[in-house]
Amino acid sequence: MRYLDEYRDPELARRLLAELRATATRPWTIMEVCGGQTHTIVRQGIDELLPAGIRMIHGPGCPVCVTPLEMVDKAVAVAGRPGVIFTSYGDMLRVPGTTGDLLGVKARGGDVRVVYTPLEAVRIAAANPDKQVVFFAVGFETTAPANAMAVLHAARAGLTNFSMLVSHVLVPPAITAILDAPDNEVRAFLAAGHVCAVMGWTQYEPIAARYRVPIVVTGFEPLDLLEGILMAVRQLEEGRAEVENQYARAVRRDGNLEAQQAIRRVFRVTGRAWRGIGRIPESGLSLSTEFAGYDAETRFGTESLAVRENPECIAGEILRGTKLPTDCTAYRVRCTPRTPLGAPMVSAEGTCAAFHAAGRRPSTVEAS
Amino acid sequence: MPGRILDVDVPEGRPDLRTGTVDFGGVRRPVCLAYTPEAEVGDYVIVHVGFAISRVDEDEAAKTLAVLRAMPDALATELGPA
Amino acid sequence: MTLTDPVAATCPVPRNETEVVLLGHGSGGALMAELLAEVITPRLGFDGPLEDAGLLDTGSPEIVVSTDSFVVTPRFFPGGDIGSLAVHGTVNDVAMRGARPLALALSYIVEEGLPLADLERITDSVARAARAAGVRIIAGDTKVVGRGAADGIYLTTTGIGVRLPGAEVGAAGGRPGDVVLLSGPIGLHGTAILAARGDLGFDGDLTSDSRPLNRLVETMIRAAGPAVHALRDPTRGGLASALNELAEASSVSIEITDADLPVPQPVASFCELLGLDPLHVANEGCLVALVAPEHADRVLTAMRALPEGCRARVLGRVAAGPPGRVTARTLVGSSRIVDMLVGEQLPRIC
Repeated sequence: MRYLDEYRDPELARRLLAELRATATRPWTIMEVCGGQTHTIVRQGIDELLPAGIRMIHGPGCPVCVTPLEMVDKAVAVAGRPGVIFTSYGDMLRVPGTTGDLLGVKARGGDVRVVYTPLEAVRIAAANPDKQVVFFAVGFETTAPANAMAVLHAARAGLTNFSMLVSHVLVPPAITAILDAPDNEVRAFLAAGHVCAVMGWTQYEPIAARYRVPIVVTGFEPLDLLEGILMAVRQLEEGRAEVENQYARAVRRDGNLEAQQAIRRVFRVTGRAWRGIGRIPESGLSLSTEFAGYDAETRFGTESLAVRENPECIAGEILRGTKLPTDCTAYRVRCTPRTPLGAPMVSAEGTCAAFHAAGRRPSTVEAS
Repeated sequence: MPGRILDVDVPEGRPDLRTGTVDFGGVRRPVCLAYTPEAEVGDYVIVHVGFAISRVDEDEAAKTLAVLRAMPDALATELGPA
Repeated sequence: MTLTDPVAATCPVPRNETEVVLLGHGSGGALMAELLAEVITPRLGFDGPLEDAGLLDTGSPEIVVSTDSFVVTPRFFPGGDIGSLAVHGTVNDVAMRGARPLALALSYIVEEGLPLADLERITDSVARAARAAGVRIIAGDTKVVGRGAADGIYLTTTGIGVRLPGAEVGAAGGRPGDVVLLSGPIGLHGTAILAARGDLGFDGDLTSDSRPLNRLVETMIRAAGPAVHALRDPTRGGLASALNELAEASSVSIEITDADLPVPQPVASFCELLGLDPLHVANEGCLVALVAPEHADRVLTAMRALPEGCRARVLGRVAAGPPGRVTARTLVGSSRIVDMLVGEQLPRIC
């Protein structure tokens, strides 16, 4: 398929790997902050082919995974209420909360529906005036324009039975938080291509300058990842710290202005808790004053609930990149896509799910 | 995911409802095109959860591939200059 | 065959009453394998590798029997319907044991309220498919249940066949060095069903590959006889699950190459859009074979002479170990392990 298959060419992949081997003279640690990129890297085995010393750390690039446990519990509580149609992207259905997941609510008779697009949730609301339709608005900046449009459509149509449970997160503050951590080893970042298609890359320029880290806006196909890694390594070798754009076919420096306008109108920046990482100031979005009436937390009066994480789950360390799924004692044993202990095993963009799907096992010590 | 716009429809006075059918290699779906007003029939767009978020720049795409194809053959790189 | 009440059988560890059967138990992947191994096969006295069809050792020729139920929604879909599927599914299971299917027994469970026109259309489809596959329907049963007690209509077909001369096919027959042959494109049936359900808003050139494979098997056995070591049609759970089952039963490892997987463009796109793995998507019209290397070319040529095998190709190799492991060579030259499907990937697709 056009604009996909060309970026999967095995011969060009070999050339990029050879170029990488010729370019890297020292060990470097690079982090990608995008679940889609993590998935490609692990499924294609790119991390296993990189020259010795080039280490990829899988960052918190999965918005499903970083959705606070408390928010999952609120979703479960709201979805269980009579007269509510709870809509969500598919991944969120099996994210384990303290007492269960959304799929469990569905199994017990709750009206929980998977939608491919938030506009479907608005259509459901228009078609069911006697029900309250709630949409679980989770995601990075990539999905924010879509979720914003849903609110705008609902407002335009005068719908009083539509609301959103908002748990949006922003990438740049997460990168800063990782760089500020005292034990940080990351020297360069691959920025998420579609987040930047929406937001552009101007927000990354001050980060690159202040922390002296190269940031390369990168796509999702194998050749994109390899080229992005090569560009980052070149900058590191040459002592540069700039923002570069590998994903030029889809990303411009200013991004998508119409989309950003919609986001600014419908949302405002707030602090947010990231599951496994903690609260990062100014790292999330909630509804703006103009559209606060569409906030499900207010409408349903969800109070703060006591949350309890599974003690064996090391999602926090996975999301920060300090541990790999294969380091987890529960991985493939008690924690599987069917019986997940934490979010990274459930989401298609989660690191644990990516490892599991690629059949990665903890390496066993082999007798020589 | 990139797809090709097959048709575009804009209800009178409602640019926020600009939609089109996008073809993804034989699978088609209606997509909201409100955020890519410059994208027309025949253009490729990046689609996410039913919304086009960016128009694919075909020149840049060609440039990227040209750069990659100009890379030296893998074996030549590893053996070093003759 | 009627099952005796499983609860009446002796069971040393009582079941927790909250443990229930899950949708995933029927998906053809690891969960179903567990259900069979823990609940079903020990009680029925099954041992040995799980095959697509059973052998009745009555001397020569050997009789092969298989049974399957069909519960697919929607009932009618591009490329077929529950009727043609019911014929093809069982014909193929018998064929996968290296046998010529001769006849089918057919039973219906119909929900009260099903339009008669649908029943007629489905039965016509059964008749057409049976004629085209060269099998007769020789026995049947029809039951009607109250509204809500079944989802429209369920079909069960039991197939009887005779082992082809020279055939020694079995799931445990794979040997290191064998060539892995695949008869055609993958991912068509499952994606066609999902798209046909319509609730995701996608429309596409996705047509089920449901078709009989008995002629294909006959031509392969005629070409190489016992050198065709194993056959399987990768239905629920997809090609990944079928390869894992063969690797496990034969105690070998199998290596395939991503670049050689014949995934039609619309299937690839649909899977990308929905985050599905084509290797886990159900098929109803292709087969995978493990063939002795010195006979692989002959078998491939024979396959390609038929329309249902015209896209046949070499997919990979069988090696000695680690036993039960299936790996795939990735596009960039690395390797990854290909596991069985875990849990439920798709709604009922066959």
